[in-house]
Amino acid sequence: MGLSFQTVMSQVMLGLNNGVFYAILSLGLAVIFGLLNIVNFVHGALYMLGAYVALLGFTMLGPLLGRPDFHLNYWAALIVAPLVVGALGVLIEKTMLRRLRKFDHLYGLLLTFGLALIIQGVFTNYFNVSGDAYDGKPEVLSGVVDLGFMLFPKYRVWVIGISLVVCFGTWFVIERTKLGSYLRAGTENPELVKAFGINVPLMITLTYGFGVGLAAFAGVLAAPIYSVSPVMGSEMIITVFAVVVIGGMGSIMGSILTGLLLGMVEGFTKVVYAPASGTVIFLIMVIVLLVKPAGLFGKEA
Amino acid sequence: MKSLYSSAALSASLLLTAAGFAAPPKDTISDGVVKIGVLTDMSGVYSTLGGKGTQVGVEMAVKDFGGKVLGKPIVVIGADHQNKADIASAKAREWFDNEKVDMITGLLNSGCALAVQKLGGDKKRITMNTGAASTELTNGAWTPYSIHYVYDTYALGKVTGQAVVQTGGKSWFFITADYAFGQSLEGNTSLFVKKLGGKVVGSVRHPLSSADFSSYLLQAQASGAQIIGLANAGGDTINAIKQAREFGIGQKGQKLVGLLIFDTDIKSLGLNVAQGMQFTSGFYWDRDNATRAFAKRFFDIHKAMPTMDQAGAYSATMNYLKAIKLAGTDDPDAVMAKLKSMDISDFFAVNGKIRIDGRMVHDMYLMEVKKPSDSKGEWDLLKIVKTVSGDEAFMPLSESTCPAVKK
Amino acid sequence: MNRYIWLALLALGLLAPFAVYPVFMMKLLCFALFAAAFNLLLGYTGLLSFGHAAFFGGAAYVTGHLVKNLGLTPELGILGGTLFAGLLGYLVGSLAIRRQGIYFAMVTLALAQIVYFLALKLPFTGGEDGLQGIPRGLLFGLIDLNRHVTVGGTPLPLSLYYFTFALFCLGFWVIYRAIHSPFGQVLKAIRENEPRARSLGYKVERFKLIAFILSSALAGMAGAMKCLIFQLASLTDVSWHTSGEVVLMTLLGGVGTVLGPSAGAFTVVTLQSQLTMVGPWITVIIGGIFVVCVLVFRRGFVGELGRLLRRSL
Repeated sequence: MGLSFQTVMSQVMLGLNNGVFYAILSLGLAVIFGLLNIVNFVHGALYMLGAYVALLGFTMLGPLLGRPDFHLNYWAALIVAPLVVGALGVLIEKTMLRRLRKFDHLYGLLLTFGLALIIQGVFTNYFNVSGDAYDGKPEVLSGVVDLGFMLFPKYRVWVIGISLVVCFGTWFVIERTKLGSYLRAGTENPELVKAFGINVPLMITLTYGFGVGLAAFAGVLAAPIYSVSPVMGSEMIITVFAVVVIGGMGSIMGSILTGLLLGMVEGFTKVVYAPASGTVIFLIMVIVLLVKPAGLFGKEA
Repeated sequence: MKSLYSSAALSASLLLTAAGFAAPPKDTISDGVVKIGVLTDMSGVYSTLGGKGTQVGVEMAVKDFGGKVLGKPIVVIGADHQNKADIASAKAREWFDNEKVDMITGLLNSGCALAVQKLGGDKKRITMNTGAASTELTNGAWTPYSIHYVYDTYALGKVTGQAVVQTGGKSWFFITADYAFGQSLEGNTSLFVKKLGGKVVGSVRHPLSSADFSSYLLQAQASGAQIIGLANAGGDTINAIKQAREFGIGQKGQKLVGLLIFDTDIKSLGLNVAQGMQFTSGFYWDRDNATRAFAKRFFDIHKAMPTMDQAGAYSATMNYLKAIKLAGTDDPDAVMAKLKSMDISDFFAVNGKIRIDGRMVHDMYLMEVKKPSDSKGEWDLLKIVKTVSGDEAFMPLSESTCPAVKK
Repeated sequence: MNRYIWLALLALGLLAPFAVYPVFMMKLLCFALFAAAFNLLLGYTGLLSFGHAAFFGGAAYVTGHLVKNLGLTPELGILGGTLFAGLLGYLVGSLAIRRQGIYFAMVTLALAQIVYFLALKLPFTGGEDGLQGIPRGLLFGLIDLNRHVTVGGTPLPLSLYYFTFALFCLGFWVIYRAIHSPFGQVLKAIRENEPRARSLGYKVERFKLIAFILSSALAGMAGAMKCLIFQLASLTDVSWHTSGEVVLMTLLGGVGTVLGPSAGAFTVVTLQSQLTMVGPWITVIIGGIFVVCVLVFRRGFVGELGRLLRRSL
């Protein structure tokens, strides 16, 4: 099969497209794991929730409020969904995760696994598993951009752009600002940081909310591209975990870069041997864990 | 400890196998009731084209028949197999063993269909498959109690393949769902494309239930083939078509052909996106007065027009009950004999006949999606371009590998 | 544990097919063994494997292939499946044990996904359709496992049931002996305080690996049994959902108790079959049970019962 420049570049673009989703989702997971030591299995379900906030906001919110012509537009959804899901995340952290602090991390994983089943089950009950279309894509983002080697939908260009901004923005805040340093210190030595007068529990709760808010943001971005379905999260979640593990579980930049990289690896696999595209990331994970146990960008614990 | 356990278990099993108990008594009229089971995908990717609508079709038939046959009541039960062969097989086994179900219908998803059909063969119970596509059901997996009622990949491949090649679509690239159904659909269609002088320039296999087809579509585009054949169904087909539009594929020069499409898929896509697309179907609600009459009644209950699976279920049930009446018993052998000898003629199947391999042969239709301007109603989506007789559409017995067909 | 409790359970097991649908009962036994084998790793060694379905389902495929395509008798088929699972356990365990805690779980998950992929693509597995039409065969070449005996008008597959029950008892006995042995004590020590056990001179990795192999082999035996009962091996058996389910069963019943995982398995399988009518709500209920167990019920109900009765169950 001919690997022309055109083919290669188109697949790079598609890989980047997939990669940014992995990047945002694994960023959220890495933030939560790195700073809170929680393996957030419910991340996929919250991504799905974000997409549904966008969908339902567009279709059902109006009639519910008695104003049938009202549609929560896409731009508003990009802000509303992370806030709504973030609030849910805060609730989860305060009522449930906090209690498991003193126990083995694995309980946190099991709890979030259970929550994921609940959320997914509820939505599977009310919505079609094969997905519903999201019709709220704004006009300005419709149509294609001629990149020379291919026609690329404008919307996907937007997705790549905004995701990179959000990812690097988050990294910057955590690694380079005072707020970020408090966060990092707070997980390493909460007592000491508390002694400085910083409200550590609040910080942790808000961090969790932020992490899942990122997932919801990704969900809204995904809605116009992939159909919105109750299982969209569960199909992603273990792959995203693999990305985080490969990148190094506490490393923010690691997750971002690894997400982008693996998106492209998956993209290439689709061309070379499509059936393996779902599994190649796990193969890489095993190899990385054997050769560099802390992950590609991780620091040895 | 161990000796206690194993000696107990061993002696128990030896005792029972040594003592020759009588074989189970042969069924006459099974337990004073005729039970029909609808086992299909009720919640997953294929639930709209089959699902609860299939059960509605069966229940309508039972009601129209009068609710009773040979003086005994008819009961309909339904269950969701979630597209998993192990759930389908476990449910069917439970139904046959415990619930005394006499006939199972629906059974979309070829994997589930094959598992349940085999069980039916082992336990001597009738399966009338209205939803699945695989030709295996009438070939290697045939049992004396199996019927494949509505359509299969051979008919789809032949009718669509021929029609498209004849209108100029000679070079093909396939995007195929990577499992038995998709592979068989690609295989059957390729055969006919090549027979008519066309060629297959390439193909790519995607995992079932893929969300993102962009990569495969771009590969199809790069191949330069005139026709991009979608050998998949349900949600996968819909996603592929939608995303093709996003990338501007299929609009100039290349054409997308869906090899298995249902009315509900077209409704989901919308006429703007799907117009002009051609595909093969076993039934269309708007074909004539008889189908319209049925469809209206179906719509009143289910709020959607019947797909070929759902209408087929009505017809299959009706004919099953007729066969019981004619045979004077619900004994599977007698009923099968009647089903394979009677004429199947109703609103669903014109000139229908069930062959020795269980294949119900009837007219198939080449459909085309209407332009939005030609559509006068919410469900006025398609027109019938050509009617192909059953003998021409389906695999002839001479090519069959069914054990019952003598060569 | 009390002799009488064991005898009572044995009697119940022998009489069960006359009261309960035998195929259902056999399914309960398979999952009970699967959960008990899993617990050897989680409850007694402190290792959470999130990919145990690879052994369960993998053995099902291997046994199915041996019996259907190579014509082996069922006991050899099951032996083959069990050995395969043990071997796979050796491979997976050697790789996973290099890491601790959550990383260990992630490695097992990743390797299980690779097994899933192989189950999808290898020619003999039947891909999405699964390996179907597996014959039950003649045990030892003599006893027809498919033979049904009519009791009270219902045909019961008694030979198959008692064979399954015998295998279950065997597997369970192996686990019991392993736990109540010096080997088991070392495992518990590793679970409680690994650095301490290491400092006492125990080769911790060796013990973990042996526990892993034992656990995977027995999980494999459970899977092999299941494939003969249902005459089908499918992708569900190797999926991570099944891996999650066995964690739930163990958690619900009681991690680190002898009877707990089996009781948990009985409960979950019964729930799933009773609640099929409610469709997707079953996932919500299972998720809810998970959450409740983790938050307030960490000992599981057998664990709580044991605490009440002040004896280890």
